[in-house]
Amino acid sequence: MSASDLVLHEEEHRRISGLAERLLRDANARFVSLIDRNGQPITSAGSLPDVDRTALASLAAGNVAATEGLARMIGEQTFSSLYHEGESDHIYLSSIGAIGILMVAFDERSSLGLVRLRVRQVSPEMEKVFDDMLSKSRTGTAEPGGPGSPFAEITDEDIDNLFSDGF
Amino acid sequence: MPFINYAHRELTCKLVYYGPGLGGKTTNLQWIYEKSAPDAKGKMVSLATETDRTLFFDLLPLSLGQIRGFKIRFQLYTVPGQIFYDASRRLIVKGADAVAFVADSQKARFDANIESLRNLEENLRQNGIDLATIPYVLQLNKRDLPTALPREHLEKALRFRNEPVFEAVAVQGIGVFETLKSLVKQTLARLRAGVPVG
Ligand SMILES: Nc1nc2c(ncn2[C@@H]2O[C@H](COP(=O)(O)OP(=O)(O)OP(=O)(O)O)[C@@H](O)[C@H]2O)c(=O)[nH]1
Ligand SMILES: [Mg+2]
Repeated sequence: MSASDLVLHEEEHRRISGLAERLLRDANARFVSLIDRNGQPITSAGSLPDVDRTALASLAAGNVAATEGLARMIGEQTFSSLYHEGESDHIYLSSIGAIGILMVAFDERSSLGLVRLRVRQVSPEMEKVFDDMLSKSRTGTAEPGGPGSPFAEITDEDIDNLFSDGF
Repeated sequence: MPFINYAHRELTCKLVYYGPGLGGKTTNLQWIYEKSAPDAKGKMVSLATETDRTLFFDLLPLSLGQIRGFKIRFQLYTVPGQIFYDASRRLIVKGADAVAFVADSQKARFDANIESLRNLEENLRQNGIDLATIPYVLQLNKRDLPTALPREHLEKALRFRNEPVFEAVAVQGIGVFETLKSLVKQTLARLRAGVPVG
């Protein structure tokens, strides 16, 4: 990975959430989620009741990573999208630039053709948001640690306190 | 690579449990899962074979409360230890913020530990991460078994950077939280210093 952390600010969050909402509507999907390649959920729209989003994101990222491993073995750089067809619910996964994964879950109210079309339409804009996120992280406008960051001031006591409750 | 979400005021870090097959990585996560407060833990995902060997990974999401108004979250992953799952291990260590090496103390697994440690170094390197500097803990597991080698013997072979060492019996929870705490502390200390991990 790049030498910087992944930092999501309000502005990019608003933009990317807006795009996810739009895709949800335009594709008639049940659920849309944007995930980073390491499996962190970044934003989502719609709902899948009783589904743990962290687990979902990690499985989607693992799925894409394994498929990319397969692609490279047969000399392809990557398979740009993946489709899993269930009896009534389906999942479409697509790469967004170098660091993002877009997941769309849909049922009979939509179709693979429509989902694929809408994903293709929204992808460049999503990629742009990721690029902005990354360049902000790199230029240090969004330094996660060090002076000026919320984490620069962490004390040993703060860290100890994390373990006082919850366990 | 920590993920910092200012919109939700959340920090998420990835901790990876590495080590030879059957060393007790999954058992560490299971213990943490069972003993954590319900609102501190997410769903544990285990992609395992019929015989409970890890096939791809285990994941346990944990929320550890707040620091400075930020929710502090960790994603604990295990890798599959069996040698032939190497491609999967390489995928899972991508973006790791800290690593626990779970060694199997049994004499018969001595070489497997060394082989796995070498493999860890190589797989991190391929992901642009340096084993010499990433937050790191050595856990000597299965201390309860009569066939366990002396601690000094294992340290001499496996400890290479003055890292914290914990003796563990993961099935009884001994050493499990000590290992986790050490990973968390090192990860946050590193973030405080503003050092990018990988
Ligand atoms: N006696 C003893 N057994 C242990 C200990 N920790 C784990 N085990 C047992 O060792 C076996 C393997 O443990 P796992 O946690 O599945 O090992 P793993 O490292 O995840 O193995 P892979 O998934 O194949 O890489 C299980 O039967 C555990 O119950 C321990 O401290 N002492
Ligand atoms: Mg396992």
